[in-house]
Amino acid sequence: MCLAVPAKVVEIVDVENQIAKVDIGGVRRNISVALLEDVKVGDWVLVHVGFAIQKVDEEEAMQTLTLLRQLGQDIEDEFAAPQTDDEGGYP
Amino acid sequence: MRFIDEFRDSELAKRVVREIERIAEGRYFRIMEICGGHTHTIYRYGLHDVLPANIELVHGPGCPVCVLPMGKVDDAIAIAKHDDVILATFGDMMRVPGSEGSLIDAQADGADVRMVYSPLDALKLAHQNPDRKVVFFAIGFETTAPGTAVTLMRAKQLEIRNFFVFCNHVLVVPAIKALLDSPETQLDGFIGPGHVTTVIGSKAWEFIPRDYGKGIVISGFEPLDMLQAIYMLVRQLVEGKPRVDVQYTRAVRPDGNTKAKEVMAQVFELRETFEWRGLGWIEKSALKLKPEFAEFDAELHFELPRRQVADPKVCQCGEVLRGAILPWECKVFGTACTPEHPIGACMVSSEGACAAVYQYGRYSRKVRELLQHL
Repeated sequence: MCLAVPAKVVEIVDVENQIAKVDIGGVRRNISVALLEDVKVGDWVLVHVGFAIQKVDEEEAMQTLTLLRQLGQDIEDEFAAPQTDDEGGYP
Repeated sequence: MRFIDEFRDSELAKRVVREIERIAEGRYFRIMEICGGHTHTIYRYGLHDVLPANIELVHGPGCPVCVLPMGKVDDAIAIAKHDDVILATFGDMMRVPGSEGSLIDAQADGADVRMVYSPLDALKLAHQNPDRKVVFFAIGFETTAPGTAVTLMRAKQLEIRNFFVFCNHVLVVPAIKALLDSPETQLDGFIGPGHVTTVIGSKAWEFIPRDYGKGIVISGFEPLDMLQAIYMLVRQLVEGKPRVDVQYTRAVRPDGNTKAKEVMAQVFELRETFEWRGLGWIEKSALKLKPEFAEFDAELHFELPRRQVADPKVCQCGEVLRGAILPWECKVFGTACTPEHPIGACMVSSEGACAAVYQYGRYSRKVRELLQHL
């Protein structure tokens, strides 16, 4: 029930009744944007039971991905560092 | 960016898992994911299998269909049985058993029950069928309630007289408080519900560290979102600094969706108390229509049986919803109770923990091992 999907606004269909057309992974349908302020064409929104419940912030999404990529990067760097030819192991 | 594929990168996921292993080493953490959507992500993407054994995930009560007691299904069926009624509800609700069958069974017996995608579709049905009474059986948490509120405001504006709402919207925060107040609950922290929190805002969760000394991280729904949220929560716990952190920053703001909260406040008010399956009666944990919207209130318009119906004796949905047992520990899981023939709601809903484990868990190494020991 609380599943919501990201969708891109492609057209404001009815300004008075706050209806917009969105693209959800290639499928287009009309939804209500009455729960949000100033929805514009090109905005990404989260759609739940036919309503846009929140805008999706692209900059924040990029930052989350950057943080994710940084996680464990130190360890990764260490493993990726060129190994010496010391294959004798430790005493 | 499509906000989906980017958060499903398996190489990146492996790295995050290694980091979780590293920082959690030597400790044991019991974490509840509140939302049923998260439970499904865990099993669907096999997160359960890749996480280290010292991170235990416990499934929470965040499945609105599951927490509705059987008596409410009986009430909805009683409404649907009126000849002049079309009962509209979400697909998830159709197959949930009441004491004498589900809405699908009622439909087979001749009741006019329709599945809708949105409450606005129910309003459209009312508009198209002026000689019938269209009753929307409204369920859902704070994610769903604003949509019902907008629909009711629209009905009022259009003066649609044959539209009614049987309101069963419930609130997550009081349920989690009730859970935390129970001595049975032993948890180190929570993965918070991302979509509910887009509406209520992350500030609504501040009571968890403040009053209970536990941590919470509000998470998105893709596998990488959840792994990052678990990493963030474990880090809080290791540091001994429980707080409210937001992983799902692309959609969650501290105050949530102010407009949605205003719309809800215009249409709904709190019920004194409401019965939850598994959690019992919880004060101020559900919404009803305000007197200004009384003309649309199905509870005032129809005679309801309002019976309190206990779950079947073999059904352990209540314990699953409290996180007291895991789905496969239920006596009838996968045997008498399956998605085709559900005994309890947790096996029906697309957010039910039992449905998640039944659907994906058999591919899980951990679940298979655990089932062998039983």
